[in-house]
Amino acid sequence: MRSKSSTFRTDRAVTTLAALLAGALALTACSSGDNDKKDSGRKSGAPTGSTVTLPELNGAHLEVAAVWTGGEQANFKKVLAEFEKRTGAKVTFVPAQDPIINFLGSKIAGGQPPDVALLPQPGAIKQAVQKGWAKPVGPEGRKELAKNYSQGWQDIGKVDGKQYGVYYKAANKSLIWYNAKVFENAGAQEPKTWQDLLTASQAVYDSGVTPFSVAGADGWPLTDWFENIYLSQAGPEKYDQLAQHKIKWTDPSVRQALTTLARIWGKKDYLAGGQSGALQTEFPQSVTQTFTGGDQPKSAMVYEGDFVQVNIGETKAKVGTDAKVFPFPAVGPAAPVVSGGDAAVILKDSKAAQALVTFLASPDAATIQAKLGGYLSPNKNVPVTAYPNAVQQKIAKALIASGDDFRFDMSDQAPQAFGGTPGKGEWKDLQDFLRNPKDVAGAQAKLEKDAAAAYGNGG
Amino acid sequence: MASAAAAGAPPGPAAPRGRKSVTGTRKAVAALFLLPALVLLGALVVYPIGYSIVRSFSNASGDGFAGFDNYKTLFTDDGIRTALKNNVVWVVFAPTVSTALGLVFAVLTERVRWGTAFKLVVFMPMAISMLAAGIIFRLVYDQDPDKGVANAVWVGVHDTFAQASAFPKAHPGRESPLVAEDGGFVTKAVVHAGRPVALPLVGVAPDQLPDGAEKAAAARPEPAKVTGTTWQDFTRGKGVGRLGAPDASEVGYAGMRIEAVKDGKVVASATAAGDGTFTLPAAADGARLRLPASNFREPYDGVQWLGPALVTPSIIGAYVWMWAGFAMVLIAAGLAGVPRELLEAARVDGATEWQVFRKVTVPLLAPVLAVVVVTLMINVLKVFDLVFIIAPGSSQDDANVLALELYRKGFAESQPGIASAISVFLLLLVIPVMLFNIRRLRREVRR
Repeated sequence: MRSKSSTFRTDRAVTTLAALLAGALALTACSSGDNDKKDSGRKSGAPTGSTVTLPELNGAHLEVAAVWTGGEQANFKKVLAEFEKRTGAKVTFVPAQDPIINFLGSKIAGGQPPDVALLPQPGAIKQAVQKGWAKPVGPEGRKELAKNYSQGWQDIGKVDGKQYGVYYKAANKSLIWYNAKVFENAGAQEPKTWQDLLTASQAVYDSGVTPFSVAGADGWPLTDWFENIYLSQAGPEKYDQLAQHKIKWTDPSVRQALTTLARIWGKKDYLAGGQSGALQTEFPQSVTQTFTGGDQPKSAMVYEGDFVQVNIGETKAKVGTDAKVFPFPAVGPAAPVVSGGDAAVILKDSKAAQALVTFLASPDAATIQAKLGGYLSPNKNVPVTAYPNAVQQKIAKALIASGDDFRFDMSDQAPQAFGGTPGKGEWKDLQDFLRNPKDVAGAQAKLEKDAAAAYGNGG
Repeated sequence: MASAAAAGAPPGPAAPRGRKSVTGTRKAVAALFLLPALVLLGALVVYPIGYSIVRSFSNASGDGFAGFDNYKTLFTDDGIRTALKNNVVWVVFAPTVSTALGLVFAVLTERVRWGTAFKLVVFMPMAISMLAAGIIFRLVYDQDPDKGVANAVWVGVHDTFAQASAFPKAHPGRESPLVAEDGGFVTKAVVHAGRPVALPLVGVAPDQLPDGAEKAAAARPEPAKVTGTTWQDFTRGKGVGRLGAPDASEVGYAGMRIEAVKDGKVVASATAAGDGTFTLPAAADGARLRLPASNFREPYDGVQWLGPALVTPSIIGAYVWMWAGFAMVLIAAGLAGVPRELLEAARVDGATEWQVFRKVTVPLLAPVLAVVVVTLMINVLKVFDLVFIIAPGSSQDDANVLALELYRKGFAESQPGIASAISVFLLLLVIPVMLFNIRRLRREVRR
């Protein structure tokens, strides 16, 4: 899960490089960094279009830690600049490394925690609360949350009924991206249900293109596949129970989901390279091979979240015309919405920190970053028109429309030994299942064994 | 490395022995000078080792004594057992293959004119970091022959002997008159002379059809002959179009082989023309038509270098690529110290080159070879980066080695107790090899 939360998904080697780079960045940031940003001082009167009142914070200094790099970091800094302009406080962005909880641990041990950190998993928030690092969100922040967020998005920021996290950024992981040209050649339609998806796949296959590209070398896309099917088929209640390991992986609902999954994974001709080829395919490649090769790409569809756009950007395909997207079709009564996200958590309580979190909970902050692209907000009061293109608007609409029925990525909620370790736990078990999709019972038994061990350790 | 190089070089003047230290008996001064080194050694080597040992006896959170539980896990956990097994494979093969190759290179480069240039090239991978080498070999072993050099070569060789067929993914569409049989397809019903047969299939992209394929045409009935068409029953952008009959833009399967089968015996066969039509003699009347499996053979997609079975040998290959140069340089240095007259004497006595190599050069080089092997063994025991980077997630478990398992237990699964136990175990494995190396060094120095 190291790279799972960020929008940049690269293979392991590159992640390592990125971590090294991030380290180097952190060093430079320490020496010169963002402090050169001029303290412009507070402009009198709130700017037009402001929906949130912020206190005057002249002279206050804040540090915000997040794992974002590149364009994402630059865009977020623009949001912070707006906060500086409105309040007169000075905000420094501290680049952190994955896993951020370990990064914060060393910062806190050193006695210099950042004021606010953006945590990518609900599990990390819980850990931060248990260790006594996180401070609850104050009344202004809670008011802003209640105004702008659906109950579900408020609740996943809570630990033991107390609000600690404000979800500033979201990811929609219930999307299937497809090569528009291939669909056109095959005469296939965007499917709404699982049956439609199978029909479309068959049409694509009949036209001479392999339907799916599955990134089996990485474990997490496989867990996301499963989660979408399970959420739609078994329903949100069961999903929550399984996420907390209150029901076993040997449950009939799991068997049903895996059997459904095998209707695609079990067909060698439906997967680019067959099962063994899929197991050698890493996520970036699974995307690029879908959108390169003209009329004959290696596959027609690839499943993953909104961050697929980043990898499509590496090809010549244009999002919206060559690369299109449809929501993950409904397997059961309703289409699933599996999401991820980053939550702002206060580590050093102060008026300024509270004000910043309040600001991040407001549509003002989210709208700034939405306009810059590559970002998705769970804030329902962000106008859809703020997103720069039709595809992003579609993704955002689907996320907001799900209301409280969305569910957070299950493997992100699980203990890391089960849900987030390459070659172990759920990742490995689903890879084995992809290798041999006939053995549903065997896969269930293995999943249950690993889950029991991981949850038994207390996560 | 330095020590090994010293061992390979001709013995220098004997170390001065039995002399008092420069400062005489003033121990305090000696201690003072030693202090910085001792403090550094203590803080950076002794303390971590000691703490690892302590930590290996405590539980996951580090606040309770766990006895030998962590060590018990060490020998019962499946993942660690695979890692152990792989480590044995590594220790046996990686150093020996590297040394053997190094020896061959060293001996050969002595005799060629451009020896130094060759040595330089072979040694060059040593200048690359393990991480970079890992990324390079990740690409070399890529499954896709268009990307991975290893498979490009392998598939190239394979395809010169066994050609792929033209219609690998062709399959019957909806309501097809064909059923699958032995990798090919056969008609459900028997065919009759004078009644044209339709053999529609789907799943071949238009631009992948063989050269010479034309628009599919319906076969004309001919008396006393079985005629028919086999074609791609799929219209681009429209789906199948008219099911079971050639549409205007549909293309024939040029070169498709058709057999007429009666009671399991092939009674006639034909090859489809450019428009997909074919004609079979009267003997085919009353037979079933079969499109044999040879039409549909999948293109060979090479060896799964990074699949569960081959991943460890593949990574060892990458390691040898890096370290054969190192072995070569050390052995070449040793070779320079071998007295020429011995070799000459052997040659004068009528020994063949192979005998000279086998009976004179190798025994004389034995000490150097031992040092190289042992140095590489120590190096191999802690191999981590190559395995971590080259093995894809799906086969990382199969490529696991102790150092990688240590990392995974310690930093991904929050089991520092078990991770410490692995590190202590690794230390125990390295100690005998190190002792051997130190003793050998001492002997060298004394000589």
